[in-house]
Amino acid sequence: MQMLISTLIDGLNLGSVYALVALGYSMVYGIAKMLNFAHGDVIMVGIYSIFVCLNMNSLPVPVTMLICVAVCAVLGFTVEKLAYKPLRGSPSLSVLITAIGVSYLLQNLALLFFKSERRFLQNFLQLGSIQIGSFELPVISLVIWGTTLVIMIVLNLLIKYTSMGRAMLAVSEDKGAAQLMGVNVNRTISITFVIGSALAGVAAILYAAKYQNVDPYTGSVFGIKAFAAAVFGGIGSIPGAMIGGLSLGLIEALTIGFLPESLSAVSDGIAYALLVLMLILKPSGLLGKKKVEKV
Amino acid sequence: MSMLEIKGLQVNYGMIRAIKGIDFHVDEGEVIALIGANGAGKTTILHTITGLVPAKAGSILFEGTELTKVQPHKIVAMGMAHVPEGRRIFQELSVFDNLRLGAFTRKDKAEIAASIEMVYQHFPRLLERKNQIAGTLSGGEQQILAMGRALMSKPRIILMDEPSMGLSPLYVSEIFNIIAEISKMGTTVLLVEQNAKKALSIADRAYVLETGNIVLEGDAKELMQNDDVKKAYLGE
Repeated sequence: MQMLISTLIDGLNLGSVYALVALGYSMVYGIAKMLNFAHGDVIMVGIYSIFVCLNMNSLPVPVTMLICVAVCAVLGFTVEKLAYKPLRGSPSLSVLITAIGVSYLLQNLALLFFKSERRFLQNFLQLGSIQIGSFELPVISLVIWGTTLVIMIVLNLLIKYTSMGRAMLAVSEDKGAAQLMGVNVNRTISITFVIGSALAGVAAILYAAKYQNVDPYTGSVFGIKAFAAAVFGGIGSIPGAMIGGLSLGLIEALTIGFLPESLSAVSDGIAYALLVLMLILKPSGLLGKKKVEKV
Repeated sequence: MSMLEIKGLQVNYGMIRAIKGIDFHVDEGEVIALIGANGAGKTTILHTITGLVPAKAGSILFEGTELTKVQPHKIVAMGMAHVPEGRRIFQELSVFDNLRLGAFTRKDKAEIAASIEMVYQHFPRLLERKNQIAGTLSGGEQQILAMGRALMSKPRIILMDEPSMGLSPLYVSEIFNIIAEISKMGTTVLLVEQNAKKALSIADRAYVLETGNIVLEGDAKELMQNDDVKKAYLGE
């Protein structure tokens, strides 16, 4: 029982962070119709920014967190402006290749500045745990769940009730028609990138608090899984990203926790196998809409 | 001065010169019809006016402002709305949200609410279906929604692209009644249509377009009597 609960908690932690990252993939895909493969690497840069802040050690933790989110948001904005914006209207394959290029660029910059060895973030956000009966619940779990939940709610409100949200919905469905309504399509896409990257910043904080380490490939491995979660939930859908992320986190934790040791080593494989199964049964993902292609 | 004045307009579509240097004008309060066969360039002209397609050469003056130099998303706020071919309403959003997006450039909430009421008054069908997802409306209803959405920006001129395309005869008549009504409300109309008979019947003047050139122009009633027009476009 104890074992099951702690495994579920672990899965929800991991899943919440996946969900935040999946959200970044999903929003950008929904609005710009591109797969931003560099999204995971933005998280990696965010974690390194925490590492740098910790080494300057006089910085208060909230300032460190703010810096991390800001670094990610600025990085997302810059990448969009320099690499993706000039390709607006180009075939999606060119944009995809560019995104992969940006991903390698960020990884190599990290290699250059921080070397390849794993760095440790000592004592970042160590919050202890609270005792519930015979059970210890880590406070960081509560922080992770709370943060993810609040972000989901705020994003939904933002999209439903603000003019920017309406612009995003319009652009995601029909860029030309959106422009005819007076929506600045380019700006809407840029804003979406900044929001997605800021979310990557939040994910970086949660990741750093939970795992306390980083290397130049942390982001891309984690990002690919979160991308799989976004596809699983239905890419382009916000609740889909949430559900996809949580499912993947739980599946991963349960396979590691309960399968025989020889199988738990391939927990990633099992997660991906489920993804493939999902795509065979419902190609648009769990909550994805079936798109009718119009001529 | 004309409300909308197009001079020497040339537009390329890829390698093809789709519009080969045309001149025309629309005066305030008029209904102007652009008629012509499929592929004559009618849609391209409207797309160029509202900036969906860049002009190669020539000028588009709207109330004295050169539109080819204006960022496309700023054109709506200047008082020009465009009901595109195929309606292009936001299929996944509700009727209400579509109308709300039509007023995207306006800020005054009370005035926007009043405009929505006005649209509902003119098109009671939209009121009945205000919470329905727009993609589930019939073709005719979607066309009415597209027109209501365009009215939400309080335009002084509306460009309409093939509003009767793909509709049942009953809806075709209703759509043309609506266009006449919009004109009566004081909005200038530039209408692109393949249904030349209907278009000429409500237009003040018309231009006939053939493969990127204007080949005929004049009073709509007179064009209806023109033998070439009769033969080529009215099926008589």
